[in-house]
Amino acid sequence: MSKKYYPAAVKQPIKQLQMIDITKQFPGVLANDHVNLEVRAGEILALLGENGAGKSTLMKQLYGLYQPDSGRILINGKECHFSSPTDVIHAGIGMIHQHFMLVSNLTVRENVALGLKSSRQPFLDLNIVEKKMMEICDTYNLKLNPRAYIWQLSVGEQQRVEIVKTLYRGADLLILDEPTAVLTPQEVDEFFQILRKMAQEKHLIIFISHKLHEVLAISDRVTILRDGRSVGQRENKNLTKAELAQMMVGRPVVLQYERAAPSVGDVKLKIEDVWVRNDWGEDQVKGVSLEIRSGEILGLAGVSGNGQRELAEALAGLRKCSKGRIIIDSIEMTKASPYERILAGQSYIPEERNKEGIIREFDIMENFILEDHDKIPYSKHWILNFSNIAAATQKAVDDFSVKTPTLSTKVKNLSGGNVQKLILARELNRNPKILIAAQPTRGVDIGATEYIHRRLLKQRSEGTATLLISEDLDEIRALSDRIAVIFEGRIIGIVDGPTATAEKLGLMMAGVQEEEQK
Amino acid sequence: MNNLFSAATIFGIIGMAIRLAMPYLYAGLGELFNQTAGCFNLGVEGIMMMGAFSAFYVVYQTGNLFLGIAAAAVIGLFMGLIMSLISVTFKAAQGISGIGLTMFGVGLSSLLFKTLLQGTVQSVAGFAPLKIPVLGDIPFIGETFFQNNLMVYLAYCLIPVCSVVLYKTTLGLKIRSVGQNPQAADTLGVSVIKIRYLCVCIGGVLAGIAGATFSIANINMFQEKMTNGTGYIAVALVYFSGWKPKGVLFGALLFSFVNALQLRMQVLGINIPSDVAMMLPYILTIITLVFVQGRDAPAALSVPYERSEN
Repeated sequence: MSKKYYPAAVKQPIKQLQMIDITKQFPGVLANDHVNLEVRAGEILALLGENGAGKSTLMKQLYGLYQPDSGRILINGKECHFSSPTDVIHAGIGMIHQHFMLVSNLTVRENVALGLKSSRQPFLDLNIVEKKMMEICDTYNLKLNPRAYIWQLSVGEQQRVEIVKTLYRGADLLILDEPTAVLTPQEVDEFFQILRKMAQEKHLIIFISHKLHEVLAISDRVTILRDGRSVGQRENKNLTKAELAQMMVGRPVVLQYERAAPSVGDVKLKIEDVWVRNDWGEDQVKGVSLEIRSGEILGLAGVSGNGQRELAEALAGLRKCSKGRIIIDSIEMTKASPYERILAGQSYIPEERNKEGIIREFDIMENFILEDHDKIPYSKHWILNFSNIAAATQKAVDDFSVKTPTLSTKVKNLSGGNVQKLILARELNRNPKILIAAQPTRGVDIGATEYIHRRLLKQRSEGTATLLISEDLDEIRALSDRIAVIFEGRIIGIVDGPTATAEKLGLMMAGVQEEEQK
Repeated sequence: MNNLFSAATIFGIIGMAIRLAMPYLYAGLGELFNQTAGCFNLGVEGIMMMGAFSAFYVVYQTGNLFLGIAAAAVIGLFMGLIMSLISVTFKAAQGISGIGLTMFGVGLSSLLFKTLLQGTVQSVAGFAPLKIPVLGDIPFIGETFFQNNLMVYLAYCLIPVCSVVLYKTTLGLKIRSVGQNPQAADTLGVSVIKIRYLCVCIGGVLAGIAGATFSIANINMFQEKMTNGTGYIAVALVYFSGWKPKGVLFGALLFSFVNALQLRMQVLGINIPSDVAMMLPYILTIITLVFVQGRDAPAALSVPYERSEN
């Protein structure tokens, strides 16, 4: 085993990285087709593309997890071959993965020390690690408690641990895979300051994203990938969102929707002083009352972990309410099972679509009929009718433009956007009276997001009462007629959707009441 | 003499518990290494039987006790390698492959017993009690704690050693990370495969030695199926322990104390059916397992590791 802690002085600093003509073929997919990319010290390069455009594949080749079929990787003009993460770390490249690579029941400093030679082998030297780590934290203004356990930290703090871990290993080049996907607006601002500081210190940064406003806000240059090819390299000067979106999707994309004034009807879902406990038995939702009428979208905004998940699960019948009442169509259904709620005309799009929304090992048809498989026309006398199932699924797949090779493709082989469209197709197929949509477009690419938004608006005009739970303020503002803000399990205020500003909502999400803001 | 609460009886029970805990400690600590690295090895019982037989046979042939322990360790290592090949390299379901390994070990040890020893139970001179000077002379306490054989002392010494390895060394950090989040460990250049092989093999060696303690450091004879479920109890003990070496110690002592108590109650002729008495330790295990919180369980326990393709 080679020595694994490389003081910056020993290693040649990276001044320039080039990836030239990278091609990578997977069975059935050309993931990268002669892709070019270049980044220089002190520069933030945004790598923009939809899900499945080949961003992650490209970066995994740089990180040594895949080998390119052809093409070259040059560091400071010299060709490099990486066969494992160890080589890459040695060369001064660090990657911060979208799903954090942290061991949750180890402390921050243990995570930093993991995999490194200690100065007093075979024993750990955590105090020395802590000292060096805190020097890095001071340089980049990262606030961290080295002795806290990872599970005690917020998502933003965990991301800081990832950054420290990477810098501690002497990385010059940082690859950040969708780093803002899990952060709140405030955390994103802080995170961007850290990135700028790192660029000032002559680091090279590759920022992978599909969020246009972030790319415009942070990057010096943008490389755009579409269907595995690099379709554009631009300096970030006079770029517009519309221009970027068009390059990324390959067609003009509408980012603002025209909405008719709501034609609201009766109250379809009434939530009265509902209290819900979390997995540890603590009160997480503390007396929420809301009313949603047919033909309106009520947005529920809030920073992740303020009770949204527990509330959504309680409404779906997956979690008990410890107090309060849930009334569907003027019938009390507080204790109703998920099945009874489905029969009552409620649809639910769960936050964790891969775990709760679908069965990954099942094919598209099976997933499509999960809720209604025991009803005509899908089955009769307990026997499934496959020709009816296939016909209905085909129609839904066409209507919702789910991209799939066949109807019997396993759902685990679909991209996130297509999975979400399939779930939407299933839930809206029953023309629900009530729709609970939790984070319906999280991690979904811009094309599919646009589509999902249009569908939610269409459902609104057909009279569905929708509760839209989202951490994406742009989404909430684009779709909601009214916006309720949740903070620490309580509704801190309800404001009119079309006129609410991001600043006002941001403050409310941080717990500042509307009146206090004046 | 019939009094369960006399000092002699109480110290007798404690002393017996201390000796009975020995195989649980070796096998339990071995399984702790397995599980901390994310591997669930239900083959402990089979490895123990093979350890028990090989140690006995070597001592029977050579009279050398240390060669016997070494033989058990080597056989344990070998069976650990088989287990890691199946569950780490070929990524087979660990529960099933462990049960298979147990059936293999129990069966093979019986077969060897019938072919090499013609199936006759014989005894050897096992590890003799080693009286520690001065301390061993204290009345009651000396007899209970300081007049045991070498393998008993070693079992208790192994607890702090395991604690240090798991919590104070770079290797221990790697082991714990591999059991909790192998993806994270992999991205940091830790070889998940190597660490898991190492831990399953450590588990195998310790299980082999645990088996040897039956045949050459306690009853000093070999019988078919003589470990009698100890290997399974050791697996349960690791859950009971909350994946901590100290917990293994506590669990092993509690379990063997109940066991010693029921044995002594039978000897004293206390009027409860012996079958009920023999069930006591097992009932205790089930009850404790129900109440053990799984919060510290290695998150990747029994999940084979694959680099994801997405």
